[in-house]
Amino acid sequence: MQLPAMKYPLSREQLLELYYYMRLTRELDEQLVRLFRQNKVVGGLYSSLGQEATAVGTAYALEPRDWMAPMIRNVGGLLVKGYRPRDIFMQYMARYDSPTHGKDNTSHFGDLKVRHVVSPISMLGDLIPVMTGVALAGRYLGQKIVAMTWIGDGGTSTGAFHEGLNFAAVQRAPLVLVIENNQWAYSTPVARQVPLRHLVERGRAYGLGGYIVDGNDVIAVYQVTREAVERARNGEGPVLIEAKTMRMKGHAQHDPASYVPPEMFEFWKARDPITRYEQWLTRHGVWDEATRAAINERVARELRQELAEAEASPPPPPELAEQGVYCEGCHQIEPEWQRPVEELLPPRSSVQPRWTVTDFGAFDGACYLPAETPAVAPAPAAASPARTPATRRAAGARRRRS
Amino acid sequence: MAEVTMLEAIRQALAEEMERDPSVVLLGEDIGVYGGAFKATEGLLERFGWERVIDTPISETAIIGAAVGMSYLGLRPVAELQFIDFIACCFNQLVNFVAKSHYRWGAPVPIVVRGPSGGGVHGGPFHSQNPEMWFVHTPGLKVVCPSTAYDAKGLLKAAIRDNNPVLFFEHKFLYRRVKEELPPGDYTVPLGQAAIRRPGRDLTIVSYAATVYTALEAAGELAREGIEAEVIDLRTLLPLDRQTILDSVRRTNKLLVVHEDTRTGGLAGEIAAIVTEEAFEDLDGPIRRVTALDTPVPFAPSLEERFLPQVADVVRVARELARY
Repeated sequence: MQLPAMKYPLSREQLLELYYYMRLTRELDEQLVRLFRQNKVVGGLYSSLGQEATAVGTAYALEPRDWMAPMIRNVGGLLVKGYRPRDIFMQYMARYDSPTHGKDNTSHFGDLKVRHVVSPISMLGDLIPVMTGVALAGRYLGQKIVAMTWIGDGGTSTGAFHEGLNFAAVQRAPLVLVIENNQWAYSTPVARQVPLRHLVERGRAYGLGGYIVDGNDVIAVYQVTREAVERARNGEGPVLIEAKTMRMKGHAQHDPASYVPPEMFEFWKARDPITRYEQWLTRHGVWDEATRAAINERVARELRQELAEAEASPPPPPELAEQGVYCEGCHQIEPEWQRPVEELLPPRSSVQPRWTVTDFGAFDGACYLPAETPAVAPAPAAASPARTPATRRAAGARRRRS
Repeated sequence: MAEVTMLEAIRQALAEEMERDPSVVLLGEDIGVYGGAFKATEGLLERFGWERVIDTPISETAIIGAAVGMSYLGLRPVAELQFIDFIACCFNQLVNFVAKSHYRWGAPVPIVVRGPSGGGVHGGPFHSQNPEMWFVHTPGLKVVCPSTAYDAKGLLKAAIRDNNPVLFFEHKFLYRRVKEELPPGDYTVPLGQAAIRRPGRDLTIVSYAATVYTALEAAGELAREGIEAEVIDLRTLLPLDRQTILDSVRRTNKLLVVHEDTRTGGLAGEIAAIVTEEAFEDLDGPIRRVTALDTPVPFAPSLEERFLPQVADVVRVARELARY
C-alpha cells in the first residue's frame, strides 16, 4: 500500500469502510428503484446517484458526539451515522418499524439520543438555523461538539439559509455547512438561480471563508471536511464547504431529467465517484480483487437480509394516526452538562449590561465597488423580456466588456 | 404586598425559571442590553449573563430555528418576538418544523415563543394583530392567552416546564393596565384550564385576553338590568377547555363568544361547532358572537374603535340573546 500524503491520514480499514458506505449507498439506491417499479415504494423516490462521495466523505469526518442533519441526497451520511438500509427501505415503504413508524417518508427521521441526527423537513434551508441552535447549545453545555448540515445549490436562495448563516456567523457557532452543488434545482440550472460562479462565495456576505472541493473525490471531501470540523470545533466559527458534484438522475423517480444536456451527463459519468475511488484503491494498492469482491458480496448480502426484514414489517395500525401529536410524559432529553452550572447562575453569571463599541462606524474614505460584474446567464428566448432601449444598452455594455 | 403589572409578572416568571433551571435561556431582538421593547426582560442580562440572554439579529426564522436546535440538546429556550405580528416571518419554522417534530419523529420541542399581541394601543396594521388562530389550526402547538398578572406568571412558568412548544400571546393593552398582588413563592397555572371570572345563570359569555374585561364590564351593565351573565376566561386556546364551556352552557342554555380576533375563522366559530355538536339540546337560543371586523387592524383611533369589539356591542347582543 503506497498512499499519497494526507493531512488526516486514513488507515486501510477506514479507506475500505469509505468504499463500503459508498457502495452500500449506490446499491441501496438501485434496490429502491426496483422496489419503486414493483409499486412497493409509497410516494416519491429520491436518488443519491452520483453524490455518494459527498455524503459519505463529509459525514465520515464527524465524531460520534457530533450532530448532523441530512438532506434528501445524504443517505450515505445516515449510513455512516449508524442507520441501516432497512431503515431507509421501511421509510420508503411506509412500514410500522421504520424510524417514523410510517408517519413520514424518505430521509425524514432522526435520533436525539444516540446517533445525534436531526430530521430534515421538505422546506429547504430550515435546518441551518436549527443546526446553529444545536451548535450553540453544545457550546453552552460545554460539550465541544460540531453541528453539520447540507444544503443544495437551490436551497442557498432561501431566506432561512441566509438568516441561519448570518446568525451562526455573528455567534461564531461551531457549524459546518456543506453546500452540495449538484448543478440542478429540480429542472433549473445553477446559473439561473445564483449569480455566482462559486456558491461558497455566499458566505462572504457573512464574513465566512470556506472550501471548494471536488465532490466526487471521497478522499478530498473527507480531508477538507475534517479540517473544517477541526476549525469549527476550535472556535473559529462556521465553515462553509462547496462540493461540486452532479445529480445523475431527475429530481425524483418520476422525472426523466430530459432538460439536462446529454453531454453533461456524459461528462459527469466519466467522473463517477465510485468508479474513481475503485481505481484509486487499486492504483495505491489498498485492495486486491478478492477484497473488492468480498465488500461487494457483503453489501449484496446485507441488502438482501435487510430488505427481507423491511418487507416483513407491517403497515402502521390506523389508530397510530391519532397518536403522538403532543409529548405527554415522554420527554427524556436531559441536558448533558460538561461545565459547572454555577457559571450560569447568579452571582457568577452577572455582567455589566453594556455594549463595548470601539468602531464608531463613520465613513473612512474607502470607496467600494465589486471587482467584477457577476455573470448573468442569458434568458431563454421564450422567457426573454421585450427588448427596450435600456436592455439594448445593457446588452451592448456587456458585449463591450467582454 | 405591592401590586404588580402583567409585565412585571412575566418578568418574574422568566427570572424565577432561569434561577431554578440553568437550561432556560432567552433569545430575541433587543432583549438584553435594552431589556426588550416592552421591558419584559429588563435586568435579566445583568443577572444571568450574555450566554443566557441573547440579543439576536432581526431574523425571526433564525430565532425560532435556533431555539428548536437548542431544545434538542435539552435546553428550554424562551424566544421573544418583539411584536407578535412578526410571527408571520417565522411561520414556516413554527408550523412545519416545530409543530410536526414530535409527531413525525418523536423529537419533543420544549420551547416557548412569547410576545405582545393585540390592539387598542393605536399600533396600526402591523403592531396590533391577534394571530392566534393560525396556530390553533396547527396540531402540535399549544396556544396561551393570559388576561391577568397572576395567570401570566403561572401560565408562563407552566409553559416553560411543558414538553411541547407553547405560543404565549401577551396582550399589550393589558401589560401595564392590569395589576394585582401575587402570592409569594413558586406557583404554576396549568395549561388547558379555563377560569370562570363571574358566575351567572342567564347566559354564558366566553372570551380570552383583553376582551375578558370587555365581557366583564358588559356583564356588570347587564346585571343592572337583571341579566346575570357568566363570564369564562379561556386562558389557553389550544388545548381548549371544552368541559368548562359545555358545563356552563348546560346551566345557562345560552352562549355568546367575544374575541378581539377577526370574525371569519375565529375561535368563536369553533366553539359554536363544539357546543352545537355536544350540547344542542341544552341551547335555548342561537350561539352569538361579538368579534373584531373582518379587516386589517386600522390605525386611526376612530377606525380602531370601530374595529374592536366594544362593551356596548356585547351588552346589545347579550340582551338580545337573553330575551330570545
